[in-house]
Amino acid sequence: MRNILILGATSAIAEATARRFAAAGARFYLVGRNADKLAAIAHDLEIRSSQAVYSESLDLDLLDQHPALLSRAEKALGGIDVALIAHGVLPDQQACQQSVPMTLAAIHTNALSVISLATLLANSFETRGQGVVVAIGSVAGDRGRASNYVYGAAKGMVGLFLQGLRNRLAGKNIQIVTIKPGFVDTPMTAAFEKKGLLWAQPDQIAQGIVTAVERRRDVIYLPWFWRWIMLVILHIPEGIFKRTKL
Amino acid sequence: MTRRTSPTSWGLYPSIQQRNLPLHQVADPLPTLAEPVLAFGNGRSYGDVCLNEDGDVLLTRGLDRFIAFDPATGILRAEAGVLLSEILALVVPQGWFLAVTPGTQFVTLGGAIANDVHGKNHHVAGSFAEHVRAFELLRSDGTRLCCGPEQNETWFRATVGGLGLTGLITWVEIQLQRIANPWIVAENRRFSNLDEFFALNDDYEARYPYTVSWIDCATAGRTLGRGIYMAGTHAPPGALIPAASPRRSLTIPLTPPISLVNTLSVRGFNWLYYHLPRPTRALTPYPAFFYPLDHLLEWNRLYGRRGFFQYQCVIPPASAHEALREILSRIAASGQGSMLAVLKRFGTRTSGGLLSFPRPGVTLALDFPNLGQKTRALLDRLDEVIRQADGAVYPAKDARMHGDSFRHYFPQWSQFTHFIDPHFSSSFWRRVMAE
Repeated sequence: MRNILILGATSAIAEATARRFAAAGARFYLVGRNADKLAAIAHDLEIRSSQAVYSESLDLDLLDQHPALLSRAEKALGGIDVALIAHGVLPDQQACQQSVPMTLAAIHTNALSVISLATLLANSFETRGQGVVVAIGSVAGDRGRASNYVYGAAKGMVGLFLQGLRNRLAGKNIQIVTIKPGFVDTPMTAAFEKKGLLWAQPDQIAQGIVTAVERRRDVIYLPWFWRWIMLVILHIPEGIFKRTKL
Repeated sequence: MTRRTSPTSWGLYPSIQQRNLPLHQVADPLPTLAEPVLAFGNGRSYGDVCLNEDGDVLLTRGLDRFIAFDPATGILRAEAGVLLSEILALVVPQGWFLAVTPGTQFVTLGGAIANDVHGKNHHVAGSFAEHVRAFELLRSDGTRLCCGPEQNETWFRATVGGLGLTGLITWVEIQLQRIANPWIVAENRRFSNLDEFFALNDDYEARYPYTVSWIDCATAGRTLGRGIYMAGTHAPPGALIPAASPRRSLTIPLTPPISLVNTLSVRGFNWLYYHLPRPTRALTPYPAFFYPLDHLLEWNRLYGRRGFFQYQCVIPPASAHEALREILSRIAASGQGSMLAVLKRFGTRTSGGLLSFPRPGVTLALDFPNLGQKTRALLDRLDEVIRQADGAVYPAKDARMHGDSFRHYFPQWSQFTHFIDPHFSSSFWRRVMAE
């Protein structure tokens, strides 16, 4: 049985992942912004796991609240085994281009708050000598594109930061997992036409996350084929890539 | 916010365009409604009751959270998009089972109420709605009505079997039944004609809570209505459980251009099914007993791109014997055999739903590959028999009945119309009201 902290617990991917952990009897501390959504998810997980579920609503943009939040979670659960950092927003790229505050706000939520939480968690795990940090990056973080480079830049920063953290903590029984989903059919992507084979359901991603934790993976693309798509995309020379509309 | 696709019902007919509006939270208000809407659960009804051509559908599968479960009383409350399979996965290990289950576990709670589904235990337990303690109905004007047998009772009776037309069901509370064991003691018995079926039925109904029969409708004459009687009951505590071998599901990977179900394969399949040796009494895992077809995922594709028609009727006890004989004769004469024909006697319990299908009598379920006019003509000829016998045809499985037949089968339809939400509609409803 595992003690799991979920940051951004109302995200569709986080909820699907929690259900898979719940089936194995995990215990949860859930954090999300919307108290009503959070309560519905907490009740559901209590029934699925037959365990008490702790939850609190908090805006994770408030970085100065992070240390106290983590100690409350640790105290409630009696130690955290796995922390899933899943919160994020998909900003309006067009609007961000015209607004520095909007761009920085998106980067604050998607990158800076993740870096804050990952740092605090990693340090606490280092002291304890064990722990798993899983954070949701994105294929969008692998290469900057006109259609979503604000979101991509934040996710790219998260990927690079976790890479360094992983390197720092290697050999210390601490696992840092970067999840890079492709297109996922969730409320966050409601504005898209979700047709075609590239779109995945949240539960497919959830299954991949659980497997990645179990098999102690470092970086994983979900579904698997994105690894090969991104391999190709990363190898297109910039002179050509800059003229494409992907 | 939306996307336009051509989702289908389980019969793969009709194939239409409608716009999907996914729902995620029960507490959210309905999206702004420009076109008439209809809730769409898991698309397991066969015809057009779950479709809304040129309109919008509210996808309810995103409402899939459990709200409360008391393992001491077996009372479960969940959002309306939860599948029966998800409920079983949760409650069976804790010694509970659905009080009533249809022949597939891949239906949503909301869909089970909207069609007031029934199962193999109708003769003792009645239909699904009889075990519904409460549900919330969200109307397009924003009103939320908590409905139950004793609360907002008229809305309850309109919504049960109400084909989704009275508004959106957001959550449901049901009473489960205690089981001592997830296995089923099942008994199989061949019968060589309809007379034998009726004789067996009295005996088995008295001894078993679950009964159903498969019949071979490719034969005529002396063996008209031959088949296999299947009865079952939840195994007692401590019954010796064989080592479970997990069944692997098979998926029909694609839709063939023409139906693989045709006269030849129907004859062959029915002959084999009747003659295959089977144990008279055996311990069976509950999914194999209740949901034999769920094992074959997307089996509806076998019928090809034109899809198929389901036809389920109920005939009152007085005329059951004669009418059944007439129906089977008309099918045999048409040469359009049904791959799966299922026969069962309903009990006398009724849920009170204004448009609920189950009523005392014998029910027969059939499926036919869509051969166009030829198949429609056969089904019209069957409707003549059902109307004569004062029976009814099941809307959840229908894609073709005429409006006057519908109104004949469901005389409370005019009372029902007062409860229809002004912003809700369906392809089925417009079809049967148009003529």
